[in-house]
Amino acid sequence: MTPKERVIALFIVLAAAGSGGFIAAYFTGGSRLLEGVSLAGACAMFGAAALGWAFWIVPQEHVVDEVEGYPSQTIERMKQTNELTEVQHLVTRPVALVRLLAAALGVFGLALLVPPIRSLGTDPDETLFHTKWRKGDALTRIDGSFVRADQLNVNAVETVFPEHAIGDPMSVATLIRLRRGLLADAPDGYVVYSRLCTHAGCPVALYRKAAHELMCPCHQSTFNVLDDGAVVSGPADHALPRLPIVADAGGVLRATGDFPVPVGPGFWERP
Amino acid sequence: MIERFALWVDDRLGTAHFVRKALRKAFPDHWSFMLGEINMYAFIVLLVTGTFLALFFRPSATQTIYHGPYTLLDGTRLSEAYQSTLMLSFQVNAGLLIRQVHHWTALLFIAGIVVHMSRIFFTGAFRKPRELNWLIGITLFVLALGEGFTGYSLPDDLLSGTGLRIAVSVLLSVPVVGTWLSFLLLDGNFPSHQLIPRLFVAHVYILPAAIAALVAIHLAVLWRQKHTQFPGAGRTEKNVVGSPLFPNYAAKSLALFAMVLAVVVALGAFVQINPIWLWGPYVPWHVSSPDQPDWYIGWLEGALRLGPPWALHLWGHTIPSPFWPAVLMPALLFALVVFAPWIDALLRNDRAAHHLLDPARAAPMRTAAGVAFLVFTAGLTLAGSDDVQARYLHTDVISLVHFYQGFCTLGVILAFVVTYMIAAELRERERERAPARVRIRRNDKGGFEEEDLT
Ligand code: FES
Repeated sequence: MTPKERVIALFIVLAAAGSGGFIAAYFTGGSRLLEGVSLAGACAMFGAAALGWAFWIVPQEHVVDEVEGYPSQTIERMKQTNELTEVQHLVTRPVALVRLLAAALGVFGLALLVPPIRSLGTDPDETLFHTKWRKGDALTRIDGSFVRADQLNVNAVETVFPEHAIGDPMSVATLIRLRRGLLADAPDGYVVYSRLCTHAGCPVALYRKAAHELMCPCHQSTFNVLDDGAVVSGPADHALPRLPIVADAGGVLRATGDFPVPVGPGFWERP
Repeated sequence: MIERFALWVDDRLGTAHFVRKALRKAFPDHWSFMLGEINMYAFIVLLVTGTFLALFFRPSATQTIYHGPYTLLDGTRLSEAYQSTLMLSFQVNAGLLIRQVHHWTALLFIAGIVVHMSRIFFTGAFRKPRELNWLIGITLFVLALGEGFTGYSLPDDLLSGTGLRIAVSVLLSVPVVGTWLSFLLLDGNFPSHQLIPRLFVAHVYILPAAIAALVAIHLAVLWRQKHTQFPGAGRTEKNVVGSPLFPNYAAKSLALFAMVLAVVVALGAFVQINPIWLWGPYVPWHVSSPDQPDWYIGWLEGALRLGPPWALHLWGHTIPSPFWPAVLMPALLFALVVFAPWIDALLRNDRAAHHLLDPARAAPMRTAAGVAFLVFTAGLTLAGSDDVQARYLHTDVISLVHFYQGFCTLGVILAFVVTYMIAAELRERERERAPARVRIRRNDKGGFEEEDLT
């Protein structure tokens, strides 16, 4: 063996050793690092061997190919054109028939396409316009307990659902307790906003108490909690919907109806 | 042995001439011609590792309670998709290694396509007659993006679930048909039980089949049209000079394959990627912050952050703000890329076929446009992590948004102008340096005279 061949031989032996190492690593506990080192090493050694082969063993030579075969010779192209025009002329002579066929094929295509596509999903109908909040629904935690007006400290935040739709991803809302008197129409300082960002639907869950803003972590839209969820900054194009609530005689916070506008991101049918 | 087999085939198909010519086919030796091959090998790795993963993954949104070796999530409600990904990562021997290799290779695959396409663009290799492969290549790029995004979304973790939520909202923003499109795709409103199974069908069947078919066509067209080459001694518009496919180029290419394998296996073994157990299962009202997608989605994420807060209200209908940066802008961008060969031909008033490549300086307009394009998308990608940067730079996100808005407009124009000037200057200098091209010929009187060729 020449010295160069010996180097290549070494690479090949190492590659085999790496492969064996991988099998060993696999059967003795499967450490990811050992598996990775041995397998990657085997690949790299095979690569090195192939490189050695390419530059030391295989004779270096150059070949020259002609760029040929296209476009075809002029005479061939003319023959093709003639053939096509002629056939086209012969076949499509009855023009009315051609039109009829085209129309029928169009309908046939629709027949093949429309039902399977339509079957894929339900009619959006009013789905995006309403949530599950109804008049009188108690603000309910995910564990099923109602939120009472005396339970939260100022600046505390809770995730709440309608009592009959716990875990409903459209209805989920953020309850915040503000300092009393900060907002005239907040019973005991409580306000509730939809959790769904009006930009692209991420959960708006970050309450910045100093600025009284809710922030969306996805594209950093911020909404003013003291101003009915108006957009302060960011790419959102409309305010975060606010849920109207009251505290009942027993102190339980309840919705007085659904959100006044559709929650979540905008869509074509939304006015 | 091989010779006997080849004769056996020739008896039946008459392939001797083709095989002999194919073995001696010229492959230009420039390193940049191997970029496309890296992608081909990455695709093979993806198919093999992906098949292994598909044997364990369960594409189901059905909720279960987790009990398993990852005790931090013990007793947590999560989907079967998430559970099976955890199982694959912690209980299948070598499962995590293969999952990480798969993910790393996917990132490499898309990066490789971007670099390969840049090579094609900046050297003018997309000119006639290769517009065909340019279009196929772009389609492959879009399919690869789809593969990446669907695969990334399958484990149903908090990070990818948030990404899906945004993607569906972007679909909702499409005028007229958006709502229906999203309801058809999801079979209802987000989040839906059908989404993960459908993404799975797209990810393991529709998209890979389409990619495999188009790769085959891509290569067949390349084979028929032959390679382009950089200008040089002995190289003309009518020939291709290079190593013969067998054995020289085959040996180099196999070396490349082995190296690609070594790199992705090493990455998969040493560099953790997408540890979904840290993100947690997807819960629609939870979110993690900061929240970054895989790198190739970053430009869309950034565009959504930089986009204007404008909704258009038309006769009781709305085109919401995500439409502009996440639908319209990408559509225009892709239109530019798709029509690049024809725009280029129009601007240069050049409809001839080309087989010799342009060095980037030879076409300042094209080069400047390409650089501006890359600067624009890079700016968007950087903007996609502005919240993280704001944390490190101790500034607020809003100033960074303004910075990147400037970067993606003024910065891009500046990049265009500067690149144009540099390339034009280099081209000018080269023209001056180039020795006068003359031909010496014999005249009627028997003496010699010079004929100017420039
Ligand atoms: S989803 Fe909230 S800012 Fe984009």
